[in-house]
Amino acid sequence: MNAEIGHFALILAFAVAVFQMIVPMIGAAKGWTGWIESARPAAVAQMGLIAISFAALTMAFVTSDFSVKLVFENSHTAKPLIYKISGVWGNHEGSMLLWVLILALFGAAAAVFDANLPPSLRARVLSVQGAIGVAFLAFILFTSNPFLRMESAPFNGRDLNPLLQDPGLAFHPPFLYLGYVGLSMAFSFAVAALIEGRVDAAWARWVRPWTLAAWVFLTIGIALGSWWAYYELGWGGFWFWDPVENASFMPWLLAGALLHSAIVVEKREVLKSWTILLAIMAFGFSLIGTFIVRSGVITSVHSFANDPERGVFILAILAVFVGGALTLYSARATSMQAKGAFAPVSREGALVLNNILLAVSAFVVFIGTIWPLLAEMLWDRKLSVGPPFFEKAFTPFMIALAIVLPLGAIIPWKRGKLDRVFAPLRSALVFAVAVMLLVYAVSTGHSALAVIGAGLGAWLIGGSVVDLWLRTGNSGWSRLFRLPRADWGKAISHGGLGVTFIGVSLLMAWQVEDIRVAQVGETFTVAGYNITLENVEELPGPNYDSTVATMSVAKDGRQVALLHPEKRVYPVQAMPTTEAAIQNRLFRDLYLVIGDPQQGGGWAVRSYIKPFASWIWLGSALMALGGLISLSDRRYRVAAGAVRTANAIRPAE
Amino acid sequence: MRYLILCLALLLTGPSWAVQPDEVLSDPALEARAREISKILRCPVCQGETIDESNAPISRDLRLYLRERLVAGDSDSEAVKSVTDRFGEYVLFEPPARGINWLLYLAGPVMALLALLIGWRFIRSRNDPESDATTLTPEEKTRLERLMRD
Repeated sequence: MNAEIGHFALILAFAVAVFQMIVPMIGAAKGWTGWIESARPAAVAQMGLIAISFAALTMAFVTSDFSVKLVFENSHTAKPLIYKISGVWGNHEGSMLLWVLILALFGAAAAVFDANLPPSLRARVLSVQGAIGVAFLAFILFTSNPFLRMESAPFNGRDLNPLLQDPGLAFHPPFLYLGYVGLSMAFSFAVAALIEGRVDAAWARWVRPWTLAAWVFLTIGIALGSWWAYYELGWGGFWFWDPVENASFMPWLLAGALLHSAIVVEKREVLKSWTILLAIMAFGFSLIGTFIVRSGVITSVHSFANDPERGVFILAILAVFVGGALTLYSARATSMQAKGAFAPVSREGALVLNNILLAVSAFVVFIGTIWPLLAEMLWDRKLSVGPPFFEKAFTPFMIALAIVLPLGAIIPWKRGKLDRVFAPLRSALVFAVAVMLLVYAVSTGHSALAVIGAGLGAWLIGGSVVDLWLRTGNSGWSRLFRLPRADWGKAISHGGLGVTFIGVSLLMAWQVEDIRVAQVGETFTVAGYNITLENVEELPGPNYDSTVATMSVAKDGRQVALLHPEKRVYPVQAMPTTEAAIQNRLFRDLYLVIGDPQQGGGWAVRSYIKPFASWIWLGSALMALGGLISLSDRRYRVAAGAVRTANAIRPAE
Repeated sequence: MRYLILCLALLLTGPSWAVQPDEVLSDPALEARAREISKILRCPVCQGETIDESNAPISRDLRLYLRERLVAGDSDSEAVKSVTDRFGEYVLFEPPARGINWLLYLAGPVMALLALLIGWRFIRSRNDPESDATTLTPEEKTRLERLMRD
């Protein structure tokens, strides 16, 4: 019964979405208040209905209702509860349902919280949001219904892919979707503004928090996925330039560009049409990401469903929305007059450069990702584009970005002088050079990667500190904690980028790997660490069998760690996974993996010393934290609150 | 990130986790070269994994073959060529900058130059105090001020 309720609620949500798409748009065009206002209850109702539907599916998973085909295919009674829940979105149909749930959540949030929006703009935003809902609800109902029943219910299910039974991966998809779908708000605002024919500072201010939120979620989602890969795959890789990783990385880069260009629109009323274009492209790339994952045109481990029918459907959605928005854009873009004037050396100029670097680097990722597809279609060549290409083609843009970022962050609006901007940054430069010399001195082989990466990272961190310091003006420390939160957010995010730079470059340059056969009781040395394989035993888990090794690690005669790497076999899916044992420390990770028993006795053992690995995710966390702090800035809250009070007072007059 | 379901499935036919201890060459210099090369070669049956990371039996065969070639005295490029001769350019993760692939390598720099040129022209066009005209209606102004206040 539950599944039918869920299915029915989804159909109702589709009907509501159709209403939400059409009625407010007509109302806004004709100026009919009732029709305009109907957008808000519609958005809330759509959200409620999809939430019911999602709850029904979750219920089916939690209670292991194997008469529902999706539950049978992706769940098992022995699975821990948290993975029964995360199993809801660990498959194509359920993840699409989560996608539309989040879409509707954003729509409802805009309906409820953005009280400050002019009614006609809000009606149009919600109408566009409704249109996206219509498209994806239709996609689910017609090609990927999660509520299909089995003719007879089996006793148990096939279990979720064991690789997905992991806390890091349980929450990776929801965050990514919050990011992808958050960009739909920027898209809806862009299209609504094109229809209205005006883009101004107020518009930019409404768009910014949505974009910032989407970017924060994307940052968290991407970092979770990369962290998961690091500890789960058994050799500590953290980024593979896999098509699906790229699919999430491109919207992240474009969202980063968008939230910077929206600042220029808000403060100076220039870059309007570019910002609109970026908003359209950022969401377009989210759709392309969805297309890549679902269609299987680009082979990737992430692809749930290599189903051409679904791929064509999503391609059609992509064509209609991005094509439609771009057509509207070409018709209306000229009407958006830039207002502010500025000199080339100015904050505006710096942010233009920021946008160029981020957008072009996203383009490089894009061309590398689709090149195999193009080459096969146009020239009949089957080829691969992988990490070596991306590392060469992408890195220069990041280096350029890191060099100019601290300068751009403190340069004045309208007109600046390079020498005056540079003066306060001298201390940051000295810091960066000192770090480079230190890294050069301790680095065996004097790796250029380590020196440049760490130097740029130090430059970014030093630049952020200088930025904060300059904001306090002459009043010094006392002012520091009374700065607007947006200033803190900006400095923390930029500093976080520097931390990630240091982590990536030092890890890649300095990591030490050891692969060997170790007998039980044997001690071997890796980069100064004495590692002993103490014993290996077989232990049963809740829904897997495990081979657990006990390994002790000593340095200079003192034990520093006792680690338990595991190898699991999940009998239902007959699939092994590695559970590396990792000791995280600020300056290095110890990373041990137990392999298979060897014919001549002993076990295959891999040991890695990974310097600065945690800095990659520490930096990502700082970037996300900076975004959240900016999001909590008074400016966003006060503006909304002020108008609400004004409205509340009016009837009493 | 979710890795190699296919390869993991293949793994069941015979245990082999990426580079195995018995594959490692005794000469560290040769082994280092082998590792570098195996990081740019794609596992032909997996989905986007290098033979260095892959658990598929064919990747193990390729790793062993590669090491045989190196021990026999092949240069890096000769060893790579002997693999691509069999499996085609598909196994190269870094496509050779030949023929149409030049487009791939030039696309980024050309786009960057183009973007810088357009960006520069735009910036120049804004470097004109005359264009700093405000055309808001008074009503819009008050609304904008209310929003921007604070």
